[in-house]
Amino acid sequence: MSINKHLVTIALAVALSFLICGSALAQATETGSFKKDKEIEINFGVPVDEDWAQNTANFSAYEKPDPDIKIPIESVTLDARKTVATLKFKDALNTSSDYIVEAKDVTSGGKLLKNRVEFSVKKGEAQVLFGVFLGAMLINNFVFTQYLGLCIFFGVSQKKETAIGMGITFTTVMVSSAIMCWALFSYVLQTLHLDFLRIIVFIGTVAIFVQAMDTILRKVNPYLFKKLGVYLVLIVTNCIILAVPLKNADSGNGPFASLTLGLGAGIGFALALFLMSCVREKLEVCRVPATFQGLPIAFIVTGLFALAFLGFSGLAIF
Amino acid sequence: MNRNVQLLWNGLIPENPIFRLALSLCPAVAVTTSIKNGLMLGLAVLFVQVCSSCTVSIFKSYIHPRIRIPAYVIIIALWVTVIDMILPVISPDVYKEVKLFIALIVVFAIIISRLELFASKEPFVPSFFDGAGMGAGFCFGLVLIGAIREFFGAGQIYGYDVLGFKPLLVMILPAGGFFVIGFIMATFNWLEYKITGKLPKSGGGH
Repeated sequence: MSINKHLVTIALAVALSFLICGSALAQATETGSFKKDKEIEINFGVPVDEDWAQNTANFSAYEKPDPDIKIPIESVTLDARKTVATLKFKDALNTSSDYIVEAKDVTSGGKLLKNRVEFSVKKGEAQVLFGVFLGAMLINNFVFTQYLGLCIFFGVSQKKETAIGMGITFTTVMVSSAIMCWALFSYVLQTLHLDFLRIIVFIGTVAIFVQAMDTILRKVNPYLFKKLGVYLVLIVTNCIILAVPLKNADSGNGPFASLTLGLGAGIGFALALFLMSCVREKLEVCRVPATFQGLPIAFIVTGLFALAFLGFSGLAIF
Repeated sequence: MNRNVQLLWNGLIPENPIFRLALSLCPAVAVTTSIKNGLMLGLAVLFVQVCSSCTVSIFKSYIHPRIRIPAYVIIIALWVTVIDMILPVISPDVYKEVKLFIALIVVFAIIISRLELFASKEPFVPSFFDGAGMGAGFCFGLVLIGAIREFFGAGQIYGYDVLGFKPLLVMILPAGGFFVIGFIMATFNWLEYKITGKLPKSGGGH
């Protein structure tokens, strides 16, 4: 009975967060898309004049962060229905950043339609999310290349069993607090111009979620709760759990990107814990020099892992 | 007076937060690619540690024991927000590099553990000196690691070229930080072995 009650509460919370995400996505403006590495496609929605469209002076394009550096346009072509224009650029575009294309004095059938239309061009959502996920999990693994969460990493990685349990609990708390912090930051803090309070608000939110996990696990699965008891509370003092919402807020990530970063960071941390616990179980039976026993040798092993994880930087294909 | 000096010295070497207590290791690896960054974060932590130790020791009788952890976190977050506003004014370029970790001072285990173990029981003056000692020890650790990594990794000391070449590039890579801390910890163990004749128990690690 009580399990059902909790499940209903969780389901409601998830439904609510998806509603919030949906409403945020609905506010999208005019968009364009990358075609080949030198081309951008924009859709006007109505037929436009061919001679207007072929004049490249009517268009300007720039990368979103620096609007002053215009990118030279070689030619513009219209498709058969004259609604879709393809801009060809002289140099290859950097598809990992966002572009803005501006069209001025849009004319249709000899009449002036609009003074200025702005198109924002970015990669497909799924591609961006996959990049964020892979980046958080492997390329910029939070433990091995960003040195976050080391206290728990060294504290919990002595046995495989606790490492796995900690990884799962941690990922759950991370994902839920990432989405909650995003909602609080964009709907409460930013609208009220209270950005400077974000540290206090985020740490409060994380503490609430850890407390919630504690309460839910105690009722739903007392066995797992007993296994994780101490580590559950330790999550509050983990750097990663605070770093993820802060990174999301700094880079202006949307709801799905925030969720993906949280998930990637959680899985990456779980992976790091598991790898380390495998090595440390073997170290127990090795003959380590007396002065290196315990933490010093663990640090050296982590350094070797970090060197290995450098290899993943070649994965940055998106 | 004597006890206060003892407290200061205690935090600096015998109970050094990084090498002996093994607390707050994340910043110790992350920001120590140069002395400048290490010094900046070390001073920030010193400030937060002293201020929150003093605050807690003043208000300890008003904080109900059952809600002490949230209360401590809020007090620390308050002082971190203060230093987060001061630093960009004093030194904008260094702040840019250690920005994330300034915000993360909130979750540094060393600060909350000193509040819990010391400031919540002792009067104002010893709390001040304990906070100052622990903060100074942390700062010393960061500067030491930063100096080693900057010297071997970039051939520089405090931004000035001294070698003219880079002997061990791996030192400023992510992996180098782990190696340096591992070796310094081992050195501390070895020194203790030479002086007292027995090996210390290895640190808890959280």
